[in-house]
Amino acid sequence: MLPQPAPKPGILARRDAIVAGLRELLPDDGVIAEKLRLKPYETDGLSAYRQVPLAVVLPRTTEEVAAVMAFCHREGVRVVPRGAGTSLSGGALPMADSVVLGLMRMNRITEIDYADRCATVQAGVTNIGITQAVAGEGFFYAPDPSSQLACMIGGNVNMNSGGAHCLRYGVTANNLLGLKVVTVEGEVLEIGGAHLDAAGYDWLGLMTGSEGQLAIVTEVTVRILRAAEGARAMLAAFRSNEVAGACVDSIIGSGIIPVALEFMDRPAIHACEAFAHAGYPLDAEALLIIEVEGSTAEQDFLLDRLKEICARHDPISLKVSTSAEESLAIWKGRKGAFGAVGRISPDYMCMDGTIPTSQLPHVLRRIGEMSESYGLQVANIFHAGDGNLHPLIMFDANDPASFARAEKFGAEILTLCVEVGGCLTGEHGVGVEKRDLMGVQFTETELDQQRRIKSAFDPGWLLNANKVFPLKGLAAE
Amino acid sequence: MMPGSEEGVIEAIRQAHEVGEPLAVAGRGSKQGLLRPVQAARTLSTAGLAGITLYSPSELIISARAGTTLGEIEAAVAAKGQHLVAEPPDFTALFGQSQAQTIGGVVGANLSGPRRVAWGAMRDHVMGVRAVNGMGEAIRSGGRVLKNVTGLDLCKLLTGSHGTLAVLTEVTLKVAPVPEQRATLVLRGLAPGQAVAALSAALGSPYAVSGAAHLPAALAGFVPGIGPGPATLMRLEEFAPSIAYRSERLRADLAGFGAVEVLDDAASRLAWAAVRDCAPFAGMQGAIWRVSVRPSRGPAVAAALEAAFGASWFLDWGGGLVWVAGPATTEAHDAVAAAARAQGGTHTLFRAPETLRAAVAVIPPEPAALAAIAARVKAAFDPRGILNPGRMHAGT
Ligand SMILES: Cc1cc2nc3c(=O)[nH]c(=O)nc-3n(C[C@H](O)[C@H](O)[C@H](O)COP(=O)(O)OP(=O)(O)OC[C@H]3O[C@@H](n4cnc5c(N)ncnc54)[C@H](O)[C@@H]3O)c2cc1C
Repeated sequence: MLPQPAPKPGILARRDAIVAGLRELLPDDGVIAEKLRLKPYETDGLSAYRQVPLAVVLPRTTEEVAAVMAFCHREGVRVVPRGAGTSLSGGALPMADSVVLGLMRMNRITEIDYADRCATVQAGVTNIGITQAVAGEGFFYAPDPSSQLACMIGGNVNMNSGGAHCLRYGVTANNLLGLKVVTVEGEVLEIGGAHLDAAGYDWLGLMTGSEGQLAIVTEVTVRILRAAEGARAMLAAFRSNEVAGACVDSIIGSGIIPVALEFMDRPAIHACEAFAHAGYPLDAEALLIIEVEGSTAEQDFLLDRLKEICARHDPISLKVSTSAEESLAIWKGRKGAFGAVGRISPDYMCMDGTIPTSQLPHVLRRIGEMSESYGLQVANIFHAGDGNLHPLIMFDANDPASFARAEKFGAEILTLCVEVGGCLTGEHGVGVEKRDLMGVQFTETELDQQRRIKSAFDPGWLLNANKVFPLKGLAAE
Repeated sequence: MMPGSEEGVIEAIRQAHEVGEPLAVAGRGSKQGLLRPVQAARTLSTAGLAGITLYSPSELIISARAGTTLGEIEAAVAAKGQHLVAEPPDFTALFGQSQAQTIGGVVGANLSGPRRVAWGAMRDHVMGVRAVNGMGEAIRSGGRVLKNVTGLDLCKLLTGSHGTLAVLTEVTLKVAPVPEQRATLVLRGLAPGQAVAALSAALGSPYAVSGAAHLPAALAGFVPGIGPGPATLMRLEEFAPSIAYRSERLRADLAGFGAVEVLDDAASRLAWAAVRDCAPFAGMQGAIWRVSVRPSRGPAVAAALEAAFGASWFLDWGGGLVWVAGPATTEAHDAVAAAARAQGGTHTLFRAPETLRAAVAVIPPEPAALAAIAARVKAAFDPRGILNPGRMHAGT
């Protein structure tokens, strides 16, 4: 088990009094303290790590969040914010002496303004919920993580989540206008608003991706965009990772930025095809899914150019979708990748480094060698346009040795990502998972700079204190 | 002081930190006229840190030392058919001086042009920074890849912090291919409210409008090919067939607002450069403000300030950016700040004589709880308060 910060003295012993205090602030059903009912909150999307919290609170309003924070601050109780709990880096993993503050009941959309192209929603609204609310008018909320049916905007903000279309539309940070947040002391602050680029420090930018370290987000104002007239995908299969990588370079170099540009290696192709029967060519070493938008004629124009570019790289096959159904089929395999890998292996770990795209062939070769030496299979999915690599490491969680090997394998991949000029995490966050690898990417001076910023918001380190930073200073248990 | 290396910057700041000597932080000084004047005997300039350090067109990434001029970077990427997405403006004429701007200054001030409304601000395209904090420590954030959530995002925090937290020594920017063609749709004679409604309709269309401005009659003549009479401008940047198709679709969609004229590629370049650089105010005396509001509130801000002091104004960012010119008085400034606040937005005193800039809140003060956090964040970078003291707020 992962080391946790030592519980704060006296908190566990005062559990009943703390729970009673919380019950005074929230309606009866807003506080959970029974062992059995705490169980669902012991883990998140990184289910290998588990810890039952002291209590769970489920506020419905910003005022209730503020009351809980003021109370916990006064009592010196640690708080772990939680959205839908889909974090893949253990970002919402509780500590034994912490209160989990769940935002899922704050699920109201408070304003939609089509003329000014923005919407204000509470933190517990799901990502897809925003798009569903505005789709009737032809609008959408752009960042589209694969978890979008479940994950919540407050979690997206805190992870700065991406999606398959962020090559064109950007990640969460590029699609936000304002936040309402509650500080660790229980003060309510408005950051930004419905306007662009507030004067002063970019608090909005700093808070985005801050993984629950700085404040509790209760409300978010997002940009909504009018959807393109249509979209269509094509599939290009190649003989080697090198050739597919060169083709990605040629596409970007041609001046076309597709809305999506996804890469799968041989193991990923096979896993996804077996699962989804998407019609992927099984003799290919690498596959690109390329998507464009616009009117049908505009799509044709772009797809013709893309076909020409791909044709110059000796493809095994090129398949351009001719209909929405065919595009869906092309995407079906890719979107089912996690499920597909879950079917061939009892467990898998989804890594999330970013690399300079030119390093892809080298990095995949090295990952292949590691896979042999660790004796664990791996399938690679890659957001090829922006260099975000997702190796899925397959292991067996019931076998502690297999789990330990998978953890080491993952750490070695991420270290390699940093070595070739990339970073530890492109979109899933540091969480607990990569906490102790931060020293690979940052100097101690740089980590101290970040820690001092956290301290500026949260002097007592009550907010999500077991994440992001190596456990220095918070004596490990 | 103009060190030629990051080590030199570290040394200079270490020494100043030791004795608590305030330093004005600048590139080539093209933005000295922005925000509040800094009280410091010595200036630390990054102009000596010059040169592009990495350019990988197929990875859409360029890195340059902070003192590299914007012109050098723009020329390098243009040679590969690429550009800086945020379209940083050139305010040399506006500030009446001739210094080229450095990329450190452009990032430090988070300056973005008309494309901001559709494609994001400068801060959205800063992928990595190297900087030296107020203790003389080198720090990095981000990197040279397009997607990175590792640790707190200091790239965004330092972008737009005007050298008050750390001195940028190198930045890495995302670049993009230059679209094949441009065109501008022009509607004539609209009142401000109607104009913004037209801009909203265009920006809310599926046609990816990448610029949306409105010029009242008095100012339209300052934009080449636009005047006379009020003009509402919408830009498209696409492959040629899409320009033709989308112009026609927008023309039809906007028919209710009047007849649409279309400017070609060359005319579009000239017109949007003028909007970007705030050309209508370049020759004007007095003070200049930028007000950022919800786009539909832009006309209300303009009307209030016309009534208050006969303000000149025009709108960019679909109505959300109100450029305002007027007398350099505290009364006029207070009216701008009040109008911005009344419409739920913010103001920046952008250009004014030093006396006014020293006397007023050039940007809105933060509420007490946030100001307390801001002071602690400032101390987290610069505990002795030596970097650009007082540049953004009096006394800090
Ligand atoms: C199948 C699957 C697919 C995924 N695909 C993607 C993908 O394509 N792209 C991608 O980027 N991610 C993806 N993820 C990861 C995950 O969905 C995202 O990180 C998501 O943003 C988490 O949202 P959540 O509501 O579940 O937050 P949680 O997991 O509950 O929390 C995430 C972090 O944010 C903090 N937090 C949550 N809400 C708040 C708040 N209101 N205030 C302060 N802090 C808060 C938590 O403490 C935690 O640190 C995927 C996950 C799964 C399981």
